[in-house]
Amino acid sequence: MTGATGATGPTEPSGVGGRRSRRPRRGGGGAAGRAVPLYIVTGGRSESGDDLDSLLLDLVTLVVARSTAPDAGHSPEHAALLRVCQHPISVAEISAHLGLPFSAVTVLLKDLRAGGLVELRHTREAQRQAAADPDIETLKALIDGLQRL
Amino acid sequence: MDYNDSDPAPGPGLGPRDEDLLPASAEQSVKVVIVGGFGVGKTTMVGSVSEIRPLTTEETMTLNGVGVDDLGGVETKTETTVAMDFGRVTLDERLVLYLFGTPGQQRFWFLWNGVLEGALGAVVLVDTRRLEDCFAAMDRLEDGGVPFVVAINTFPDAPVHPDDDLRAALDLPGHVPLVSCDARRLENGLVM
Ligand SMILES: Nc1nc2c(ncn2[C@@H]2O[C@H](COP(=O)(O)OP(=O)(O)OP(=O)(O)O)[C@@H](O)[C@H]2O)c(=O)[nH]1
Ligand SMILES: [Mg+2]
Repeated sequence: MTGATGATGPTEPSGVGGRRSRRPRRGGGGAAGRAVPLYIVTGGRSESGDDLDSLLLDLVTLVVARSTAPDAGHSPEHAALLRVCQHPISVAEISAHLGLPFSAVTVLLKDLRAGGLVELRHTREAQRQAAADPDIETLKALIDGLQRL
Repeated sequence: MDYNDSDPAPGPGLGPRDEDLLPASAEQSVKVVIVGGFGVGKTTMVGSVSEIRPLTTEETMTLNGVGVDDLGGVETKTETTVAMDFGRVTLDERLVLYLFGTPGQQRFWFLWNGVLEGALGAVVLVDTRRLEDCFAAMDRLEDGGVPFVVAINTFPDAPVHPDDDLRAALDLPGHVPLVSCDARRLENGLVM
């Protein structure tokens, strides 16, 4: 380790530039009217107009199949999804294992759920509430689990 | 690191290996996110915590680029794929922890229903050579009310600063833990 910090002044923290200096002041105008490119998302999936549904699925919502056979009219993707959730599995893992985007998985899951073919454990709504008000049991299990690593 | 690095990566369409299946009693999940600048060690940390070989969830989006003050300008369309890697730790028969290494560009976070939402906590990984890389992510955590720890990833050639200086530079309140870690070895990295 060398004097890598070099000629930093003793008053400012190690010459690394404080965080507050980077955070724009509230109401500070921002980049409006600048000639920067503005990116508008058009693809992917919009969550708007779908408010109840958007509360359903989080990346870590656990999915369990209630059936092994898809309904008639379901696609091969529905069938593949049903196959990987015979044991509990998170939405994120389904996305990874099927090589499908998260948004596509949520669409398939909503179909399967409508047909009563999957059970959802720990929806996005539950997730949100649990994080806002974590229960002691869960925190204890988390700490114990991490200590065992 | 429990998973075997020489295992083939899971292919699309294949489910988890039998030994990676969650118990049927799993009913609750928590998530912790790892944020930080490019190349700070997020993926490495996910890998060293995870009991399964880390997985990747991808999302594609189409961007319409428009020059704001160039109304006659050409509209450009770009397909962008954003990837986020994650790992898993089974905490007990009913509880599972997922750990997400978020993309460096926070403007993509919304793609996964806002990965921060509902997160129990976050680890801000910091490289002291590029301290400012984590500022934007820290602001987002504060705005989202997600509790976090700051972990200095100790790269061999990175300058070492006294904790007080780091705290001042990061504008860390006293209650936010500041730890040092080696993202390749987890144990000291995740004391929340
Ligand atoms: N010496 C040292 N090297 C590390 C450590 N953590 C990560 N690295 C190395 O740093 C490089 C970047 O690590 P990644 O884990 O890919 O970083 P990342 O934050 O996921 O990077 P992006 O996803 O590209 O933003 C790799 O070559 C790692 O081997 C550490 O704790 N110590
Ligand atoms: Mg990475």
